[in-house]
Amino acid sequence: MEIFFVLAFGVMIGVAAYLLMSRSVLRLILGLLVFSNAVNLSIFIAGRLGSNIPPLVAAGETTIAHSANPLPQALILTAIVISFALAAYIVVLFERAYHVLKTVDTDRMRSAEPRSIDDIDKESRE
Amino acid sequence: MNADLLLTLPVAIPLLTLAACTVLARYPGLQRLVSLFGSGALLAASILLLVEVFDGTVLATQFGSWEAPFGITFVADLFAAAMVLITGVMAVAVSIYGLVDGSRERERALYHPLYHGLLLGVVGAFLTGDIFNMYVWFEIMLIASFGLLVIGGSKEQLDAGIKYATLNLVATTVFLLAVGFLYGLTGTLNMADLARALPMVENQGLVTTLAVMFLLAFGSKAAVFPLFFWLPASYHTASAPVMAIFAALLTKVGVYAIIRTSTLLFMGSAAFMGPVIGVIAALTMVIGVLGAAAHFDVRRILSFHIISQIGYMLVGVAIATPLAIAGAILYVIHHIIVKANLFLIAGAIRLSGGSFQLKRIGGLYRNTPLLAALFVIPALSLAGMPPLSGFWAKFVVIKSSLDPGHMALAAVALIVGLLTLYSMVKIWNEAFWKAPSPFSVEALAAWRAAPLTRFAMLVPIAALAAITMTIGLYPEPFVEFSLRAANQLLEPKAYMDAVVGVKTVAEAASLPVAEATEIVR
Repeated sequence: MEIFFVLAFGVMIGVAAYLLMSRSVLRLILGLLVFSNAVNLSIFIAGRLGSNIPPLVAAGETTIAHSANPLPQALILTAIVISFALAAYIVVLFERAYHVLKTVDTDRMRSAEPRSIDDIDKESRE
Repeated sequence: MNADLLLTLPVAIPLLTLAACTVLARYPGLQRLVSLFGSGALLAASILLLVEVFDGTVLATQFGSWEAPFGITFVADLFAAAMVLITGVMAVAVSIYGLVDGSRERERALYHPLYHGLLLGVVGAFLTGDIFNMYVWFEIMLIASFGLLVIGGSKEQLDAGIKYATLNLVATTVFLLAVGFLYGLTGTLNMADLARALPMVENQGLVTTLAVMFLLAFGSKAAVFPLFFWLPASYHTASAPVMAIFAALLTKVGVYAIIRTSTLLFMGSAAFMGPVIGVIAALTMVIGVLGAAAHFDVRRILSFHIISQIGYMLVGVAIATPLAIAGAILYVIHHIIVKANLFLIAGAIRLSGGSFQLKRIGGLYRNTPLLAALFVIPALSLAGMPPLSGFWAKFVVIKSSLDPGHMALAAVALIVGLLTLYSMVKIWNEAFWKAPSPFSVEALAAWRAAPLTRFAMLVPIAALAAITMTIGLYPEPFVEFSLRAANQLLEPKAYMDAVVGVKTVAEAASLPVAEATEIVR
């Protein structure tokens, strides 16, 4: 069981790395999303897999020995909420950048890079 | 006051200020008042906190009455409390400065709520005693900084925003990955409990892997070589107060996290980390200072110097003797004040000279003599000239590296200090000493016609310069404080006792350690 999850995690990290190295900002967003989901999966694996017993402490017991650990799932929930908020922000940011910079190619996004003093003068006059 | 209140206030104040400012979004005047008041209250709360922990006690509180290691813990030792205090000082200084530098546009774009959101994330990251909680504070800090960076929405800022957002998101995701693995390995997230559990992990190779992953994540935040590229690509596009608060706090949270994890969690487990961090520190110092030497934009020069200075702090972490850690702590405190002040001055140079480009300004020594005098203090302090704060910070760091194993680091640190001086002299010559530039006539007239703006800008600059002078002329208590903080970091027993006391996962569940860890996993 766990081996499949681990393999899926590895594949997702590979896909994310490939997408993140792309020059297109659209793929960049997809890469970030796949990356954060891969990480969520890894936390899920760190909890126990394969048990469907609810994580309730039985009367008279002090620990839960056989159910899946609920804490990693709580961590993943938190991480999903955060990555959702960040994803919403970067989609808007990238969309805005596409309209203003008129390109999705990161190699052609040079507005914040050093320029010659004459170009800077020209821009400040505009 | 009790510990719960003292530890909650520094987080509650920015949170409430954030909420109040958001509600008052349509009333810029009221927002400014609330924002200023919130920053002042944060400073007051941080002073109370530092007074309480000053004698060496470690304060800890558990939220929601969940006992450690199960609940979320807030802890303040000397180092954390000092960082919160310095955050409070910067919050007030930049708030006052932000009253005048900038436009109504910025305030309509929720500048004040985002500013306090940033402070909230920073203070939370300093005070938390739970590694997953620290991730959450990092994200809060990050999303606030995303917003602050692109206020204005110019071409430049959007371009910078993409690079900043992407690289920082990758870094925090690596942080989360490391936290997940850490939990899988030990079954706990409480840092004090981790300090107990990590040395008992059988597979110490995995612990080393985790130490490297945390170094990668925090190193990106701290902008160390070779993970610093987001910083020079983005900082220079923000407005002056935003640059100042970024320069003061963002990278330093990364350094704080590196110092905290390397002393508390990975001290015994990852012995090879010291030399690795040493090499990284040397390269960070050199690359940063050379990058600065190549530029003629004040903002870019100062941005590269942030990177270079981070290297000095890492020298302390690499050597990891009490004196070295004390040097790193003193360096962080000195650097926050000096660097933010230089960015505030850069904003004033822009207003009085009309440009950030050194080739387009000049004559500020004649036209704005007070600004020139105030520039000299942080600039020489950054380069490490006696008798300013930078001299003592560099002195302690270099003194700790003067043993046969670390001579190379000491040499690099000294040479980089000299090159820093070169950059500062470059700004001095071009902006202040050169003949007045024809480009800046208009700006100078506007600067002279606005006494209120001048006042609100120069007061925080002068106050921060005064702190630099105080540390410089009266270093004894500051060095002594750093030494005590360093000893507390290197002897984490007080920290662990304050958080978990004698209770551990095992004892809380009244089971033998190995079995309990197995069950939690």
